[in-house]
Amino acid sequence: MASKVIQAYYNDDDVLMHAVKKVKTAKHHIEEVYCPFPVHGLDKAMGLAPTRIAITSFMYGCVGLIVAIVMMNYIMIEDWPQDIGGKPSFSYIENMPAFVPIMFELTVFFAAHLMVITFYLRSRLWPFKKAENPDVRTTDDHFVMEIEIHNNESELKDLLSDTGAVEINIAEKNLH
Amino acid sequence: MYTISNRLKMGSIILMVVGLLGIGYGFWTAPGTVEEAKEMVADHNDNHGAVTTHGDEYATEAHEDEGHDAAHDEHVLHQLQNKPWAALYVAAFFFFMIALGVLAFYAVQRAAQAGWSPLLFRVMEGITSYIVPGGIIVFVILVLSVMHMNHLFVWMDADVVAHDVLLQGKAGYLNPTFFLIRAAIFLAGWIGYREYSRKLSLAQDESNDDSNFKMNFRISAAFLVFYLISESIMSWDWIMSVDPHWFSTLFGWYVFASMFVSGITVIAMVTIYLKSKGYLEQVNDSHIHDLAKFMFGISIFWTYLWFSQFMLIWYANIPEEVTYYVTRIEDYNLPFFAMVAMNFLFPVLLLMNSDYKRINWFVIMAGIVILAGHYMDVFNMIMPSTVGDQWYIGIPEIGAVLFFAGLFVFWIFRALASAPLQPTRNPFIEESKHFHY
Repeated sequence: MASKVIQAYYNDDDVLMHAVKKVKTAKHHIEEVYCPFPVHGLDKAMGLAPTRIAITSFMYGCVGLIVAIVMMNYIMIEDWPQDIGGKPSFSYIENMPAFVPIMFELTVFFAAHLMVITFYLRSRLWPFKKAENPDVRTTDDHFVMEIEIHNNESELKDLLSDTGAVEINIAEKNLH
Repeated sequence: MYTISNRLKMGSIILMVVGLLGIGYGFWTAPGTVEEAKEMVADHNDNHGAVTTHGDEYATEAHEDEGHDAAHDEHVLHQLQNKPWAALYVAAFFFFMIALGVLAFYAVQRAAQAGWSPLLFRVMEGITSYIVPGGIIVFVILVLSVMHMNHLFVWMDADVVAHDVLLQGKAGYLNPTFFLIRAAIFLAGWIGYREYSRKLSLAQDESNDDSNFKMNFRISAAFLVFYLISESIMSWDWIMSVDPHWFSTLFGWYVFASMFVSGITVIAMVTIYLKSKGYLEQVNDSHIHDLAKFMFGISIFWTYLWFSQFMLIWYANIPEEVTYYVTRIEDYNLPFFAMVAMNFLFPVLLLMNSDYKRINWFVIMAGIVILAGHYMDVFNMIMPSTVGDQWYIGIPEIGAVLFFAGLFVFWIFRALASAPLQPTRNPFIEESKHFHY
C-alpha cells in the first residue's frame, strides 16, 4: 500500500532526541528514524518494545557450550583417548580444566555469530538488498524522522519545524 | 553535609567490642604446649589424617631422624598457635584491601577524567580513608611477625632458613629487614597519594580555576604506575611468601582482581546506603548500573585469573607447584570451591540481566555474596600454609571479621561526614549529574 509520509531532517542527535520526545507527547506514531550511528535511548524515546536478542544470545551460548562438551568428549575421550598432562584418566570430568578454554570459546563463538545472523534476519537484511533509507545523507551526517500522514499534513509540518528540523519533505512510500 | 547516624555509630562500636572479645578468645584458647595441642586435636576431630607439611621436601633435616610423631605434634602446635594470628591477619588484610581497591578505582577515574563518576568521588574518598588505620594495623601485624610473635611467615625463622637451601637462595630478597622496608615504602606511597589527592579534591571546590583538578589528574596517573608495581610486590610479600617455596607469576594480578572487585562492590553498597538515607540525590540509576557492570565484569576477570593460575599448574603437574592446589583441594575442598561459586556463578547469574543491575536490593544482595566470597579467597590464600588442616571458621575468625567490619564502617562514615558529599567545582560534575545510560 502506497501512502504519504512526512520526512523531517535533523543534523544533531540531541535535537533529534528532543524532537522524538515532542512528537511522542503530541501522540503521533513515528514510523521510522534513520541515523548514521546508533543513538543511545532512541528506542526508549520512540516507544519501541525492548529487544529480545539478548535472550536468543543466551540460548545460542548454551548451544555452543553443549557442542563444545560433546565435541571434546568425542574427540579427546571416546574416539582417540588422549593422555592429557600425564594424567591418563580418560574421563571427561577429570580432564575438564583442559577443555574449559574450548568450552568458553565456542560459547562466545556461537552466541556472537548466531546473534548477528538473527539480527540480520530479523532486520530483513541480506546481500544485494536495496537500501531502504530515504536519503543518502542518513549515512553521513543527517537524521531523518519519518511519520505517516493521515490528513494532518500542515499540523505535522508546523510541529516538526518547531522541533528544529533543517528540512521537511513529503514522500510517497510503500510501507510494509 | 552528611552526619553519621547514632544507630550506625553504635552498631559499629558494638561490632568492634564483640569482635575484640572474639579475637581475645582466640588468643586465650590457643595451646601453649604440645600436650595441649594434642588434646585439642583429639577433641576436635578424632579421625584426622596426615598433616600436610608444606614444602618439606627441600628441608635437609628430614623428619624421620627425630621420630615423625614428635615433629608432627610440634607442627600441629605451631599451626594451632598460628590460628588466631592468621584469623586476625586475614580479616585485617581483607578490609585493608577493600580500601586499597577503591583507591585504585578512584585513581583510574581521575586519570581517565571520567565524566560519569565525579558524583561518587566523595564516597570513594571516604572509603579510602580506611587505608590509614587499616594499613597501620597490617604493618603492625607484619612487625610482630618479624619479632617472632607468631609463625605466619616461616622464612622469618632463622632456624628454618639454616636448613633450607631454597630459602637461603631467596634470602637476599626475602629477609625481615628488606621486607619491612618494602612494606613501609608501599604504605607511605598509598597513604601519601590518598591524602594529597583528597586535599586537592577539597581544594578544587574552593578554588577559582582548575589547577587542583589538573594536578589531581597528573598525580593519579603517576600513582597508577606506582600502584601496579607496588601492589604486585605487596602480594608476593604479604601473601605469597607465607608459602615461600611456591610461586605464581600472575599472583599480583589475581590479588588485584580480588581487591578491585571488593572495592567496587563496597562503593556500590555505600552509595546505595547513602541514597536510601536521602543523601546523594543526584546519583541516579545509571550510576548504580555502571557500578554493577563493574562488579559483574571484574568478577569474571577474577575468575579468568583464578582459572588461568589453576589450569597451568594442573596441566604441567610439577610437584613443587601442585602442592598449592593439592592442599587446597584436599583440606579446603568446601571453602575453595564454594569461593568460586560465590565469586563467579553468583554474580554472573544475578547480575547478567541489565535490569537487575538497577535494582538496588539486588545489587546489595550480590555485593554481600561477592564480599563473603573474597573474604574466603583471602582465607584460602593465607590459611593452608599457616594452619594447615587445622582450619575452622569459628569464634576467632568471625570475631576478627566483626572487629574490622566495625572499624571499617566507623572510620569510613566518619570520613564521609567530614566533607560535603557532592563536589561542586569538579569540571565534569554537570556531565555526571546528567549521566544517563
